Amino acid sequence: MSGILVYALHYEGAFNKNSLGAVSEGARLASELGTECHAIVVGEGVSDELAASLGAYGASKVYRVEGPEGLAQPVVDAMEAAIAAGGHGYALFGGGLLGFEIGAGLAARLDAGVCMEVTNVRVEGGKLVAERPILQDSQISSVHYRSDVGVIIGRLNAFEIKQTGGTATVEDLSVEFKAHSLQAKMLQRGEQRGADVNIEDADILVAGGRGLGNAESFQLLEDLAGALGGAVAATRAVVDAGWYSYSAQIGQTGKTVAPKLYLAAGISGAIQHKVGMQGSENIVAINKDANAPIFEFSDLGVVGKLEQIVPKLTEAVKARKGA
Amino acid sequence: MKICVLVKSVPEAGVTKRINPSTGRLERGGETRDNPFDTHAIEAAMQLKEGGELQVDEIVAVTMGPEAAAKALRKAVSLGADRSIHLSDEALAGSDVNGTGYALARVLATESPDLVLLGQQSDDGECYTIGAVVADHLQMPSLTQVIKIDVEGGALRCERQAEYGYDTVSIPLPAVISVGDAINEPRYPSLKAIMGAKKKPLETKSAADAGIEADRVGYDHARAHCAEFAEPPAKAAGQIIEDEDTSETVEKIVAWLDERKLLA
Repeated sequence: MSGILVYALHYEGAFNKNSLGAVSEGARLASELGTECHAIVVGEGVSDELAASLGAYGASKVYRVEGPEGLAQPVVDAMEAAIAAGGHGYALFGGGLLGFEIGAGLAARLDAGVCMEVTNVRVEGGKLVAERPILQDSQISSVHYRSDVGVIIGRLNAFEIKQTGGTATVEDLSVEFKAHSLQAKMLQRGEQRGADVNIEDADILVAGGRGLGNAESFQLLEDLAGALGGAVAATRAVVDAGWYSYSAQIGQTGKTVAPKLYLAAGISGAIQHKVGMQGSENIVAINKDANAPIFEFSDLGVVGKLEQIVPKLTEAVKARKGA
Repeated sequence: MKICVLVKSVPEAGVTKRINPSTGRLERGGETRDNPFDTHAIEAAMQLKEGGELQVDEIVAVTMGPEAAAKALRKAVSLGADRSIHLSDEALAGSDVNGTGYALARVLATESPDLVLLGQQSDDGECYTIGAVVADHLQMPSLTQVIKIDVEGGALRCERQAEYGYDTVSIPLPAVISVGDAINEPRYPSLKAIMGAKKKPLETKSAADAGIEADRVGYDHARAHCAEFAEPPAKAAGQIIEDEDTSETVEKIVAWLDERKLLA
């Protein structure tokens, strides 16, 4: 049987949204291939209820493995063992950092083909073909697997969550972890830094990137967001640089937003950021670099210095709203 | 101890990257430069050496690629690497992630490094994944997208952003760590270092020298085979305003927002 094995990431008793999307996608593809979609969960004391809940998204069986959480290498061992037991033809991951690490490690372990940033998977001649946008999304390449197992790593939010209302059996799988897989030790997981900001419910977001130049410049964006009646968001680069709060971060390791207006100031528009905001209704970008990729997917692009434009825009918005 | 840093030449930012439709491979002609993420990996190696908590005897830059890829090695040694290794072989051309990671791991195995550092992604392939592939082959613990490294009791205390916030992970050596660009501000090479870079040893290795099995690398053996290329669904081009007179620019932005009822 050439089934599909999906990795499901969980934290504090709930599955990651991207993992649920991946299970739903795995179930869709399995049904087209005439096979089954299985999921695998690795953690400490995962409950029957949590594991079995993946049945509702289309998994017919869930492998439960007792092991350390939040690190990739033990999951590589677990998935290798599950594939050895179940003979799966594909390993599927939702977007996110762990999926990339586990998928790549598994590809090395199984000498398997791997494709990442996948936005669509199609069935062709009884096999899966992964579609991946490349070169700043200017082209989409089709990737065919020429190995016993094909590893498919989705782009963030690429796979839609679909409840099928099915049920899954839970099978405990005992895994002998490799020595090197247990050497990394999680000292602290999921630490929140900076103020707690809610950007997911905002209709208007003013987002800042490295082009702001320093943490103080975020005040310009606070003022504009205040005038527009919105909130301030940030890219990973500036959050990592300590300029803004982690809870306001958009993109691959941050939040996914789809406001009515997304105004990006000093943001180049890297894929990792784009995946978190491309669903926005109206995208306005201000950037001094006319070649910034963000202009390729903004509805209104302004080429100029944000430190000149943003304060004047704030005043103009206030004047317009006051009128 | 020995640190190996993986570097890569990528097309210059201004060069239009395109796939050759007949080969399915990225055209590697034109100006190249070192992958911007790599300089952060070299800087991280230099800071570990200069920090003194680990006795770093040698930093070795390693790359795989055609002749022009040696440019990335020269940059690496001008930034402080002591010597470099260039894995270059026509048989390696067109390798996928799996093949590239395997080949690099074979070369690294001949060096027995205590630490392998690399940038979290390359500017062209955007794969994020080579570190994890290399680590599995070398059977070393590994972490990607690391933004802070401290030495603690001979192990590395690493921080990174993951799905649920910041994670702190302790990793004993030997290990494979890929770093993000927030980890440091890379230094600029001095003119003297640039001039001196040519004098530092550069070793070129073929696939056979590194013990690489021929049927695991190269385009024809890629386990993931890129076949067709299609244009993505076109998105209507947005309106562009060049800011010449800022008052006028702002008026246009306000009118645009107003039209879409975003100033209600």
